[in-house]
Amino acid sequence: MTSPLEPVLEVRDLHVTFPSDDGDVHAVAGMTFAVHENETLGIVGESGSGKSVTSMAVLGLLPRSAKVTGSVKLHGHELIGLTDAEMQPIRGEQIAMVFQDALTALNPVFKVGDQIAEAIKVHHDVSGPDLERRVVGLLETVGIPNPKDRAGQYPHEFSGGMRQRAMIAMSIANEPAVLIADEPTTALDVTIQAQVLEVFERIQERTRSSVILITHDLGVVAGTADRVVVMYAGREVEMANVDDLFYNPRHPYTRGLLASLPRVDGSRLSRLNRIKGQPPSLIAVPSGCAFHPRCDDAEVPGRCDLIRPELRTIEQRHRAACHFAEQLPPLSTTDLSAAAGGEKTTDHV
Amino acid sequence: MLTYSIRRVAYSIPVLLIASFLLFVFVRTTFDPTARLAASRDPQVRIREQQRLGLDDPLATQYGRWLKGAAQGDFGKSEVTRDEVSKTIRRGMGNTLQLILIGAAVSCVIALAVGVYSAVRQYSALDYTFTGLSYIGVAMPPFWFGLIAIQFFAVRHHWLLSLGLHSGDSQGFDLDYLRHLPLPIATLCVQIVASWSRYERASMLDALNADYVRTARAKGLRPRKVILKHALRNALIPFVTVVALDFGALFGGLIITEQIFSIGGMGRVFFSAIQQGDAYVLEAWMLVAAVLIIFFNLVADLLYGVLDPRIRLS
Repeated sequence: MTSPLEPVLEVRDLHVTFPSDDGDVHAVAGMTFAVHENETLGIVGESGSGKSVTSMAVLGLLPRSAKVTGSVKLHGHELIGLTDAEMQPIRGEQIAMVFQDALTALNPVFKVGDQIAEAIKVHHDVSGPDLERRVVGLLETVGIPNPKDRAGQYPHEFSGGMRQRAMIAMSIANEPAVLIADEPTTALDVTIQAQVLEVFERIQERTRSSVILITHDLGVVAGTADRVVVMYAGREVEMANVDDLFYNPRHPYTRGLLASLPRVDGSRLSRLNRIKGQPPSLIAVPSGCAFHPRCDDAEVPGRCDLIRPELRTIEQRHRAACHFAEQLPPLSTTDLSAAAGGEKTTDHV
Repeated sequence: MLTYSIRRVAYSIPVLLIASFLLFVFVRTTFDPTARLAASRDPQVRIREQQRLGLDDPLATQYGRWLKGAAQGDFGKSEVTRDEVSKTIRRGMGNTLQLILIGAAVSCVIALAVGVYSAVRQYSALDYTFTGLSYIGVAMPPFWFGLIAIQFFAVRHHWLLSLGLHSGDSQGFDLDYLRHLPLPIATLCVQIVASWSRYERASMLDALNADYVRTARAKGLRPRKVILKHALRNALIPFVTVVALDFGALFGGLIITEQIFSIGGMGRVFFSAIQQGDAYVLEAWMLVAAVLIIFFNLVADLLYGVLDPRIRLS
């Protein structure tokens, strides 16, 4: 259907604004990215950076009050501007979503199997034993033991990790071209996290879906994503292949995030680094570069608080929005603390 | 589900026993069935009557005797009217059950429809209209509403009838009955419809904002199915609680409604029993009321189990 070079999903200059009593909230301010077949794109950022809003905008699930502009193309077909009724055949069939907290995202009063079956029935005319077999097969795919019995149970009878697997089973029920996972492992402990991420990989091997993995956890991205977009205050600040991003970050915010990761080889006495300050309000975004009040490399007064840096290609497949992207020194272990401003506290970012 | 149901039913038995004991003690200590003999010239008359009725026995013995009779549907004879108490109650219950069951059913349907609509179309013109109406409904005294409604619909326009549930020799379910029903039902229900619809609106709004509704939409379900299946099913759980709790209020509202519309139901039985100090009727009346309220609470508990699998298994 699509040539390998053509992106499956292409987002161009996406803006999302919510009206509020204090003024318009510009939650997403010009996101541009594309995902290809069999590719995993990580979207990383703090709470409130616009990650989830971006994914909801792609599926057209935002409340009616939200103003969405820009372009979202699936296999070249524009999705922005479609009515709810026109989006329904796409949701769950072409683009499916895995939500963060499966305990609240699954309906507590329906059996897990029935909820998965429903996802299939909406789009396909299957019923009876055929449908049942598919549901059990899906549960088996995501690694749920005794899938037949489990299908007849309710979400509260599942453990956290199993609920998330069930959620994934539901989202891949129709083998969608694009799978958006919004913080799929945030509510899980680390071992279960690894198992769930492994499920994603296995599924992708089979279906060659494009996966958009939204997370605030760089550790999750490191193991699974091919490319990573870092978001700050509703904008992309850096995008690179996963290795480039980790070894050669070109934006001070990315460097701050990396520096704040706990390290296995770090001294137990040393404290975690953090990025100073708070994420900005999306109603009054700082002038110039939105990150400048928290940035140690900023030229203030000067370019950083006056001119908003545009995204620039630094190297092949690596772009960043920083006036000093090229000048930043390479990141070494000893630089890690400097990159975060040298400020040390016990706070996690 | 079976163990849950059995446990629920078992729980209601001690509740019923305690309630029946309390109401028995209250009535026996405040009403003396032989009070009308107080003016008798010969004090022995009253004492003999008290002995005949066993009123000089300890309260516990009296309670046991009364409960035994009640279990067999025998509440003795009224000391005021000399009628079988059970007959009086049965006659009253016939009319009352019609009012309560039809009233509750109508109220549920209207409150659910209004609540769901107001939640789905929050802040629409109709939502505001319903909000305004429900404030009026809650604030307005039902007896006043009943009188105004009679004046307009029955006296001025003769569309509806306002005396009893049947006129002349009409019986059962016919046009005459349908013309009698609306006014008392509306009077009985106007307040609870108003408060139930507000309640359903709130719980439906909660459900519509829940994550599982977002999931349902992300599956590609039509809005109708998202609302009526995923959201409403969850919003019904708290609704059932209020309905069960308000059943007592419905029973109390009967006293006013039946008085206004001259319907010979439990409300009027209660009213005249109080006025005439008819202790045996009062005891029976309160026991029936207690049984009804406990029964509807039990139904609510069982419905809970049906609606919410988390409760069923705990």
